[in-house]
Amino acid sequence: MSTTESHDEATAVDPNAVNITINGRSVSAVKGEMIIAAADRTADFIPRFCYHPRMKPVGMCRQCLVEVEGPRGPMMVVSCMTPVADGQVVRTDTDQVKQAQEGVLELLLANHPLDCPVCDKGGECPLQDQAFSHGPGESRYVEEKRHYEKPIPISDLVFLDRERCILCDRCTRFANEVAGDPLISFTHRGNNTQVLTFPDEPFASYFSGNTVQICPVGALTAQPYRFKARPWDLEERESTCTTCSVGCRIAVQSSRDELVRYQGVDSDPVNWGWLCDRGRFNFQSVSSDDRVTTPHVRDGQTLVETTWVDALSRAAQLISSASGKVALLGGARGTNEDAWAWAQLADLAKFKMRDAQMGDGLPARVFSYPQATIDAACSAPTIILLAPDLKEELPVLYLRVRDAVEKGRSRIVEITSHDSGLTKYAWKSVHHEPGHQLDAVRATLADTDIAAQLAKGPVVVIAGRSSLAESEANIMAALDTIVGSVAHVSVLPALRRGNVRGALSVGLAPTDGNDATHILKSAVTGDIECLVLLGSDPLSDHPDADLVRRAFASVRNIIAVDMFMNQSVQSASVVLPAAAFGEKNGTTTNLEGRVTNVAQKVTPRGTSRPDWMIAIELAHALGRDIPLTRVEEVQAHMMTSIPQMQTENVAVALRRNGIVVPTVASAASSAAVTPVGTRNSYEFRLVSGRKLYDKATGTTASRSLVNLADSAAVYVHPQDLERIGKSDGASVRVSSSSGAIALPVHASSAVVRGTAFVPFNLAGADVRELIRHDQAVTDVRIEGI
Amino acid sequence: MTGTYAHAAGFYSGDRPRIVTSRFEHADSYSLERYLATGGYQGLRKALARPATDVHDEVKKATVLGRGGAGFPAGTKWGLTPEGVFPRYLVVNGDESEPGTYKDRLLMERDPHQLIEGCVIACYAAGLSQCFLYIRGEMAHAQERVAAALNEAYAAGYVGKNILGSKFSVDVVLHWGAGAYVVGEETALIESLEGNRGMPRLKPPFFPAAIGLYGKPTIVNNVETLSNLPWILTNGAEAYTAIGTATSPGTRMVAVSGHVKRPGVYEIINGTTTFRDLIYGDDFCQGIRNGNELKAFVPGGGSAPWFTPDQLDIPFEGPQAGAAGSMLGSGAIMVMDHTTDIPAAALTLTRFYAHESCGKCTPCREGGTWLERILRRVVDGKGTDADLQQLIEVGTSICPGDFPHASSTRLGLAAVPFPYKMTTICFVGPSAYTPVHSALTLFPEEFEARVTKRTHIPVTAVGVGE
Amino acid sequence: MSRLNDANVALAKEIIARYPRPKSALIPLLHLSQEQNGYITNDAMAHLAELVGVTSAEVYGTASFYEMFKFEPVGKYVINICGTLSCALMGSEELLHRAEHKLGVKAGGTTPDGLITLEHAECQAACTEAPCLQVNYRYRFRVTPADVDSLIHDLRAGKLSDEIPAHGTLAKVRQHIPADRGVGAVAPEAATTAPAWFDGKAAL
Ligand SMILES: Cc1cc2nc3c(=O)[nH]c(=O)nc-3n(C[C@H](O)[C@H](O)[C@H](O)COP(=O)(O)O)c2cc1C
Ligand code: SF4
Ligand code: FES
Repeated sequence: MSTTESHDEATAVDPNAVNITINGRSVSAVKGEMIIAAADRTADFIPRFCYHPRMKPVGMCRQCLVEVEGPRGPMMVVSCMTPVADGQVVRTDTDQVKQAQEGVLELLLANHPLDCPVCDKGGECPLQDQAFSHGPGESRYVEEKRHYEKPIPISDLVFLDRERCILCDRCTRFANEVAGDPLISFTHRGNNTQVLTFPDEPFASYFSGNTVQICPVGALTAQPYRFKARPWDLEERESTCTTCSVGCRIAVQSSRDELVRYQGVDSDPVNWGWLCDRGRFNFQSVSSDDRVTTPHVRDGQTLVETTWVDALSRAAQLISSASGKVALLGGARGTNEDAWAWAQLADLAKFKMRDAQMGDGLPARVFSYPQATIDAACSAPTIILLAPDLKEELPVLYLRVRDAVEKGRSRIVEITSHDSGLTKYAWKSVHHEPGHQLDAVRATLADTDIAAQLAKGPVVVIAGRSSLAESEANIMAALDTIVGSVAHVSVLPALRRGNVRGALSVGLAPTDGNDATHILKSAVTGDIECLVLLGSDPLSDHPDADLVRRAFASVRNIIAVDMFMNQSVQSASVVLPAAAFGEKNGTTTNLEGRVTNVAQKVTPRGTSRPDWMIAIELAHALGRDIPLTRVEEVQAHMMTSIPQMQTENVAVALRRNGIVVPTVASAASSAAVTPVGTRNSYEFRLVSGRKLYDKATGTTASRSLVNLADSAAVYVHPQDLERIGKSDGASVRVSSSSGAIALPVHASSAVVRGTAFVPFNLAGADVRELIRHDQAVTDVRIEGI
Repeated sequence: MTGTYAHAAGFYSGDRPRIVTSRFEHADSYSLERYLATGGYQGLRKALARPATDVHDEVKKATVLGRGGAGFPAGTKWGLTPEGVFPRYLVVNGDESEPGTYKDRLLMERDPHQLIEGCVIACYAAGLSQCFLYIRGEMAHAQERVAAALNEAYAAGYVGKNILGSKFSVDVVLHWGAGAYVVGEETALIESLEGNRGMPRLKPPFFPAAIGLYGKPTIVNNVETLSNLPWILTNGAEAYTAIGTATSPGTRMVAVSGHVKRPGVYEIINGTTTFRDLIYGDDFCQGIRNGNELKAFVPGGGSAPWFTPDQLDIPFEGPQAGAAGSMLGSGAIMVMDHTTDIPAAALTLTRFYAHESCGKCTPCREGGTWLERILRRVVDGKGTDADLQQLIEVGTSICPGDFPHASSTRLGLAAVPFPYKMTTICFVGPSAYTPVHSALTLFPEEFEARVTKRTHIPVTAVGVGE
Repeated sequence: MSRLNDANVALAKEIIARYPRPKSALIPLLHLSQEQNGYITNDAMAHLAELVGVTSAEVYGTASFYEMFKFEPVGKYVINICGTLSCALMGSEELLHRAEHKLGVKAGGTTPDGLITLEHAECQAACTEAPCLQVNYRYRFRVTPADVDSLIHDLRAGKLSDEIPAHGTLAKVRQHIPADRGVGAVAPEAATTAPAWFDGKAAL
């Protein structure tokens, strides 16, 4: 179970500090805190099942009973729901407390099956542990236990064994209170109470795995972990999830040199112990059979295996022969050390251009605005969303923002062209057609209600690429206007890919506006002859599919460093197999600039090696020397060579909560906004955004996630569907001035009238065929086939 | 003359002052016409002519003890809402389900306008914005009568906008349950009214007067409690306190059921009437059926520890019943004569509470059913002496420490006063144990005769703690 | 089709409007749905979820807590025989046996013709009139075994259909708040000041 790091220093200076005694020893506590939380800072452990520090207490398991001295003698109270009070005298060790705790435990065990030896939770089970420490040691229950049909799948990822359930309300509270997906509920009553979904309506939550982690018994099990390992075989290291740029802290667990499970770790400034299911379960891709484990070189039409020595010298040759017309694309999926080493190489070998983003982010100058942390955003009275759907792209940030709203700390003003997961929590949702965000922003700021709200204190703008079917310039112009006219404003960039901020800050940001799109255009015109793909797949990630195809066709050579033979890698002349997450040490930087560690837990597959090492070896092959051999050395050099990352930060960065490091913003200005007119004869304006589950390699290579992605479809407002006279689900042809795709059409009230939403990167049809990098917006026509 | 009215099944008026049942002799006591002809809505008119605080003070002065079970004075309760916090709500507890209890249903069926008038007065006095009248789901007839009365009262201007032409406006909304005893508990009632599972909330922090319906200050009052208000506002607090005793003024309704000659509902003078009066008095139940012996009685609804003939002379007064080891609860007496099979009788109550557990607290959810199962085995003659011990141990897990019980001269037992300590949120858990404990303590021989002496073999929890 | 029909949707909307928060109307709406269909179907719960703005799982969680809601078809008449202390003391067990024998089903069962469901019930708040039972929540007091026989006979003969509506219909009279007389519900967040009339002065 995860624990919160203690905040003793914070407590000491708090004006709300109170003193209580627990078993005769004085304990300092904070007003409003529950007795159990105060006791957790002492050696006196109070047993509990329903209490969870990140959820509202319900006081229902009754395990945490203690005695509190009252006017009429000792009173028995639940410590999870009784707040501390100055001078309070608490006893957790009297005979009556023991009797009560043992009594409750015996009753909990009464109906609990004795299948610990085959239970996933056996060995790490709070019920088992507390039965040992606080239980009667035997059960006198001779009646027949409750029986239910054996484990039932309640979702694609989670199984529920109702016989083991002790009805602590943790999973149900999590679903309702934390995730906002109340799709599981207690049903029936009394001794027949059980947790269930609605018949035939699965617990389809992006956060379902958390319920498995917080279940205090083995009632909820994760399909990817079931029967995989026994807790005593597990080794673990604390690390950071790099699936997206939230950077949730995790414990990476392995058994017999194979990753078997991630558990959320409670990092106070970041994830509070929660993870999204994609982050939690995509470790499966690490041991996927599809990994590239040996270097490959091109031999005519095919890629053939070769040795590292051969592959590296071929790569060096290709780079040298391109005489400086080399560009690097990618680097946002690795560690800071990886990105830094590649930046060194790019400098040494005089690469002409580089960009860690794939034309689907924002220019690095977003870092030049005053920057906000997640905590700052979630305590600001106003959060302005000018961002992609956080629930789909940055799921745990979605949880944090939702919490800020639900707890009444923050209000959301959302400026969007498509309803997001946060729309129902928004105080104001301002809808606009793509291309008109600037108008929407101006109207929003002119609204007196909103102006009054913005005046209430700090305002944080969460900014990112809300639609990939329009130019980033539209967003930047809107953002500039907000930042220019709102007081106390700061920005939390919502960029994609785990270490995008890190890569951009350690040397992989484009210079002079030579971003990914420009690199591809240069390839088309022959200004770039050799492309180095560092863990990137522009063929499926860059919004302009045609541009990438033309670039790939024009470029002489491609060198790919990757874990998988994705679409882009297949066009490479040299493929260098990279070590995956969990196979290397280093640091990563999350979207707020927080540097934390990532840890190696298993040995790299085959001969694959970390990106930083490949960079050093390639430098060597190029006759240049980066005189570093261990990741610690790389790290130390990186930290000293970048003024913001001082060496003394290393130690701090390697602690759980890491350290927020300022990012130097690139001075480059972004492209001017092309004025956008009203829609032309094409009927709809296109919006495209990512879904949590798509064709991303990490997802498709994870057995339990691969089937969760939807297939492509176009969504229009129900009235628009009626207007064009199509039935829901009908096949249509969507065409723009640059291409056409065929896919089914669906009605959705999340779509603004006059716009059409097509999710990015789903199987079935590629929306990128419709998008051109040089058009401010994309207008489309929808016709029957 | 101890009039009984066919249209109020089981009710006997007797020769006593009546406050809440005064209209029961009229066949049409539920109609607006009859209500108005018998002084109805006069209390409201008088109330509205005074400032709200005055009305509140009048009710405080009358000391109307809550009739839902806890006996907390209504006027005082209204004063517990935090100052300046609005909206505040009134929730009327008409969920009457405590075993033995039968009075609120009569009041709703026979005099719904009196209840409605009481609700409106309470809202006025305590600044409550809306009233929800929660009627037990199974009481179709009461729902019909209250619905009809509300429709009449709205049309005639006694409820709703500008009541009696005044500036005072309040809605009374009829709401009904769907079968769950625990919803009678006030915080569960609020959960249920919010459309949730009727699971009680922990008090503190969820004292309804501070954090109730939708988290707002909420007054929960019983049907009978509120039915007293029209009379008090019409006749004054002094007239009210002139009846009964200083600590228990006025009258209250009591249902006496079981093995008596004339089981029935009686409006009795609070505080002075004894159990002997009630069970043996000519004006009341007229003694035990067939001239049988009294064996035991439950004095205050199924949750109350039992009394035996030793306690007959205790008056119907909260503190005295408490000192004697029980409580008056909801005003329900269940009488058992000497033919009663005590373990079997206890089983019916334990089964009730086990069945009605909401499932929230481990001790109640698991312990209640366990008690029921062991007791069933004992009743069926398949129990062992260890089972009796086990009953007590499971009970102790629900209520650690001494459990209250009555004294018994027969067994040489001294009383343990009410209440008990409990490991649960509400009283349903302890109530599953109460009949077991009373029966075992007061009639141990009946259990011993039932069980075979066999040594109990404990089953060790396999796999636990390895 | 067991979503609420149009007339009931209108009624449902009227009921929802009485509460400061829509979810509060859930139990009344479940009754309405049971009145329409005789029991609660999954489609009905999904429809109610839409009407009050919660998930179907939440509706199911609430509905299954309460005894009166049935998730399988039951008889046109549901006989509930009380078995709690007062009724037990007065011989209710015999009534239950008699009814089981007469109907040929155990408590909890429904006769093959779908006419009658028999249930064991807990205290019905008529203890002085023990033993008692309810048919579709209409009382029968001081019931003898012979009364059970004749009740079943009468139900089968259709003699009681005027007095006792089919299972699901609870109160035959509904509250209707006339538009010009109702104050109307206000969301708790929107009414945080004292009601205007609560001003320390007499209202009349
Ligand atoms: C388990 C339980 C069941 C209860 N059932 C009822 C009930 O059916 N009717 C009732 O009025 N009060 C019942 N009460 C008492 C209520 O919680 C509450 O005290 C009462 O309604 C307050 O009204 P009063 O102050 O007017 O008595 C019950 C309490 C408990 C603990
Ligand atoms: S004591 Fe029983 S009924 Fe009361 S809250 Fe606990 S589980 Fe529910
Ligand atoms: S941990 Fe306190 S009651 Fe469950």
